[in-house]
Amino acid sequence: MTRIEELVKEQAEKHGRQRTSLMPILQAVVSSERYLSEDAMVAIANELDLSTADVYGTASFYTFLDTVPRGKYIIRVCKTITCHMKGKDEIIKTISDMLKIKLGETTNDRKFSLLQANCLGWCHKGPVMLINDEVYPEVTPEKVTEIIGKYLKKS
Amino acid sequence: MEKQIKKVDLIFGKVDYLDILEKSLKRTRDELILDVIDSGLRGRGGAGFPTGLKWKFAKNEEADQKYVICNADEGEPGTFKDREILTEVPEKVLAGMALCGYCIGATEGYIYLRGEYNFLIPSLNKAIEDFHKKLKELKLDFTIRICSGSGAYVCGEETALMESMEGKRGEPRNKPPFPTSQGYLGKPTSVNNVETLVFALMIGREGPTKFKEMGTFDSRGSKVFSVSGDTPNPGIYELELGMTLEQFVEEFGDGDTKAVQVGGASGFCVSRKEFKNTVIGFEGIPTGGSMMLFNSSRSMFNILNDYLEFFEEESCGQCSPCRVGCQQLLKGIEAVKKGIKPPKYLEELQKLSDTMRIASKCGLGQSVPNPFNSIVNNFREEIIY
Repeated sequence: MTRIEELVKEQAEKHGRQRTSLMPILQAVVSSERYLSEDAMVAIANELDLSTADVYGTASFYTFLDTVPRGKYIIRVCKTITCHMKGKDEIIKTISDMLKIKLGETTNDRKFSLLQANCLGWCHKGPVMLINDEVYPEVTPEKVTEIIGKYLKKS
Repeated sequence: MEKQIKKVDLIFGKVDYLDILEKSLKRTRDELILDVIDSGLRGRGGAGFPTGLKWKFAKNEEADQKYVICNADEGEPGTFKDREILTEVPEKVLAGMALCGYCIGATEGYIYLRGEYNFLIPSLNKAIEDFHKKLKELKLDFTIRICSGSGAYVCGEETALMESMEGKRGEPRNKPPFPTSQGYLGKPTSVNNVETLVFALMIGREGPTKFKEMGTFDSRGSKVFSVSGDTPNPGIYELELGMTLEQFVEEFGDGDTKAVQVGGASGFCVSRKEFKNTVIGFEGIPTGGSMMLFNSSRSMFNILNDYLEFFEEESCGQCSPCRVGCQQLLKGIEAVKKGIKPPKYLEELQKLSDTMRIASKCGLGQSVPNPFNSIVNNFREEIIY
């Protein structure tokens, strides 16, 4: 059994093997691996007795269930209207310059991915970004430099 | 003398929610549902279906299992009140769910929480754990679990939400059957917005009359507004319904408000000249709470462009009018802006958007024409030049 198969099995034991367990299992794999590899999706299909097409079809529907490799820390900057008005472009430029990656890219060491997201629900405190599940409202280029700096020091 | 905007404190005030529940449980389900119907409470997520009727339909169904779902998939741009409610008074939401469960005869409840709010899960789980203990004391059989979303706006549509909970792509279903007869796992289900559930609880305490006295004939009570954009006071406010946009802008504008987007990206854009005649509510322009203010420094082309990009990405792609329509509207306004297409091409696009309203399967595609037509009609020159 490969490591990913073990992870999937463990999650299936925890959440059950019904169709309703699919989302929690997909989410758990993404949270541990940062994305759903082909191997992971095949393992999930086998474990839940679903077709692989069904698993891929479900996974690929959801923005947060990535099917391409992402970094350990996924940065999602809100791009919707009020955050746009309040300067999300500057925030993206600052992060982009710091990490030397463009939007949609992942650093070579697989530590960071930089993405945009649709409305994150903090319009009164924009611009806002998520790093994995952590939320950072009212960011400025200075604040963002500090925040990313802290993550750079993390392992 | 014009009515002043009245601030209300039903949602965020701390209350003895157990006492409300305990007293409610001594009354019959029919009495409680009648109170909610009588109060005139309508769904606070945006669609505005009468809450009491929804509960009544779900109650009247015969089934071995029924479900209560709290819709916390707050994805409408400009809306952030449900997050605040779940942060500040989660116990009131849970109590509202339990009340609904008692009324319709459901023993299981789910909170469908958008993935963007995953950071709330630890505190919510703690609140749920405490609440379950309290329910034991009240001897009410009701359990609540959290289902997490994964970043799909369309899952706020109740049937898409249930598809997602069932482990599928979040594609809206055909209606009928409505969720109150065949919802989650095919069982009768009442899907209510976070705020609606808290209001239902508060009606259980205050009785329907006090709630009904506020607001207008079509829009009873108060509503939590999410105020953002060009305003000195962005934030969350609970206000009595029935004010005009002029009153609203007087309170929240920065003195140079050119337009207000009422009801989020899927709502309507109202220009300055219409502020006076526009009532915020179901008789005027309804809103799930999103109020975005724009001053004269903003380009309405950019705003419309942002909205269309949003819808183009969030359309589930299941039905062609919405999938293709969103793409074409976006391409179309860009072409007009660049001069590739003549200004009268906007009329063609408006025809397309009218088709989307008629032919799209769910509220997403059906409401794209709201921002599109209202911005194009009010700010035509900004789209062209």
